[in-house]
Amino acid sequence: MNNRTELISASTRAKRKMKHRILTILSDGLWYVVVIAIALAVMLPFIWMIVTSLKGPTEVFAYPPTWIPKDPQWSNYIEMWKEAPFGRYFLNSAIVAIAVTIGQLTSCVLAAFAFARMEFKGKNAMFMIFLSTTMISSQVTLVPTYLVMRSLDWIDSYQALIVPFLANAFGVFMLRQSFRTVPRELEEAAKLDGCGRFRFLIQMLLPLCKPILASQALFAFMGNWNSYQWPLIITNQDSMRTLQIGLRYFVSGEGSTQWGVYMAAALVVCLPVIIIYFLVQKTFVESMASTGLKDI
Amino acid sequence: MNISKEIETSPKPVQQRTSGAKKRKNKETFEAYLYLLPSLLIFAVFTFFPAIFSIVVSTFRWNMPSPASFVGLENYIYLFTDAIESPIFWKSILNTFYFSLGVPINLIISLLIALLLNRKIRGVGIFRTTFFLPTITSTAAVSVVWLWLFHPAQYGLFNSILISLGLPIQAWLRDPALAMPCLIMMGVWSGMGYNIIIFLAGLQSIPGTYYEAAKIDGANGIGLFKHITWPLLGPTLFYVLTVGMINSLKAFTEIDVMTQGGPLNATNTMAYYLYQNAFQFFQMGKASAIAVLLFILMLLLTWIQFRFVDRSVHYE
Repeated sequence: MNNRTELISASTRAKRKMKHRILTILSDGLWYVVVIAIALAVMLPFIWMIVTSLKGPTEVFAYPPTWIPKDPQWSNYIEMWKEAPFGRYFLNSAIVAIAVTIGQLTSCVLAAFAFARMEFKGKNAMFMIFLSTTMISSQVTLVPTYLVMRSLDWIDSYQALIVPFLANAFGVFMLRQSFRTVPRELEEAAKLDGCGRFRFLIQMLLPLCKPILASQALFAFMGNWNSYQWPLIITNQDSMRTLQIGLRYFVSGEGSTQWGVYMAAALVVCLPVIIIYFLVQKTFVESMASTGLKDI
Repeated sequence: MNISKEIETSPKPVQQRTSGAKKRKNKETFEAYLYLLPSLLIFAVFTFFPAIFSIVVSTFRWNMPSPASFVGLENYIYLFTDAIESPIFWKSILNTFYFSLGVPINLIISLLIALLLNRKIRGVGIFRTTFFLPTITSTAAVSVVWLWLFHPAQYGLFNSILISLGLPIQAWLRDPALAMPCLIMMGVWSGMGYNIIIFLAGLQSIPGTYYEAAKIDGANGIGLFKHITWPLLGPTLFYVLTVGMINSLKAFTEIDVMTQGGPLNATNTMAYYLYQNAFQFFQMGKASAIAVLLFILMLLLTWIQFRFVDRSVHYE
């Protein structure tokens, strides 16, 4: 008797298990179909950019549009450098983004160190002042900052593109959070060994906080590489334009019909950031999630 | 907000009464301000001074290059009541809110995708990367791509899709009725990735035991979402909503590349109208007045967000 019930239950269990497995496979399959469909839809503009960037002037206007270029025009990628000074734009963007990244990181590290590791008069007030800067958006300061630049005679200069971005309160908060996790005993021990505060920061704290420094550098670089409104306003000469602005004027130029070359240019403009993103995407996404949730 | 609280509650060092300790403390204060100095200088010159200067300039009539003259609140009155000017300004306010409709749409789509991605399955990382790609890509570059997708001729990709579906072709960005929906569509596409990442982090912070307990009590898929996911995700949702709203008030790049505020001011938002006034019409006073109004709007949103985040702490 006992044996029989056990047998039955074993077989139904096996059946149930089977059914469960089939259901899992089916639902997984459905999941993949849905997610791949959405992913393709999201990727469509990128795919279309690449496809178009390889089309010649006649194929671009062909109807119905072709998904695989009949005669891939790799020359579009050479043409763009000839038609506009993209080399110069690229250089400008690189100079500005690198300078801002280094400068911003330095100022953030110093301020974050003071907030995380030192006791001083007016600390709370200072912290509130830093916090309040995040509420003043660039739109609000646009006109006056432009007027300041004009009176300094900084229009069309690297200083104008770099200096306003050398401080960042969000960066200070992030770094401060990270600096606070390093145990105080370490600092005490270092002090006993005759290590000054600044040396402690450079030689011990910073190496311990490498990941957060890397992600802050990344944010600064990407944000600056992609920035648009300020460089648009502050540059008039073609030779001072950054990539984003150069692209804008290239596309809105006379005729505006060379979509193959335009798409090649658009791809080149966003490629550096995309490459960096793929190299470090894990750190990037993680720090994005934690910045968004913990610190604002 | 919680940051400032932490500071207040952090244990104060034991009061030392000896003059040596006091001296040391003074020295530490001096040193601390040295560390803060670079940031403070930049903030003073490029954030606080311009913010205040903005209010001052907004009370001047200043049509560059002619000199400025004090006019009090005339710029504000002019913006809201002038027969020629005010319709455009009112329209820009309406457009600003119209454009921000993309934020809740974005929220819903991102949440659905995040729920879809919130499972342990092979390849989920690749999809996460894919959805995030539009967010990190330069807005100027993707705007150029969307300009091409929305091309009004039949060879524009969207129009060719319409034709293959047997529908009439559209002028898209050149149609005053369609231009804003087009910008919203692109905005949803490019902003989705950020929201998905935040939502995924929020979803993953909900302990699995909650779901298990509810399942034992007989809750099903929708019940789980309604009673566990939704309330616990509340603060995240609100955060994403307010940040999204503030960002949408600032939107500039896509408008400048794709429509320049046109056609017939159909996509002219406050942020864009500010830019036009300052850098195309050179009316610095009027532009500053718009900036001040925009600032008040953003401050209001930030305040709402902080209020809510404060309360949500108690909730958890």
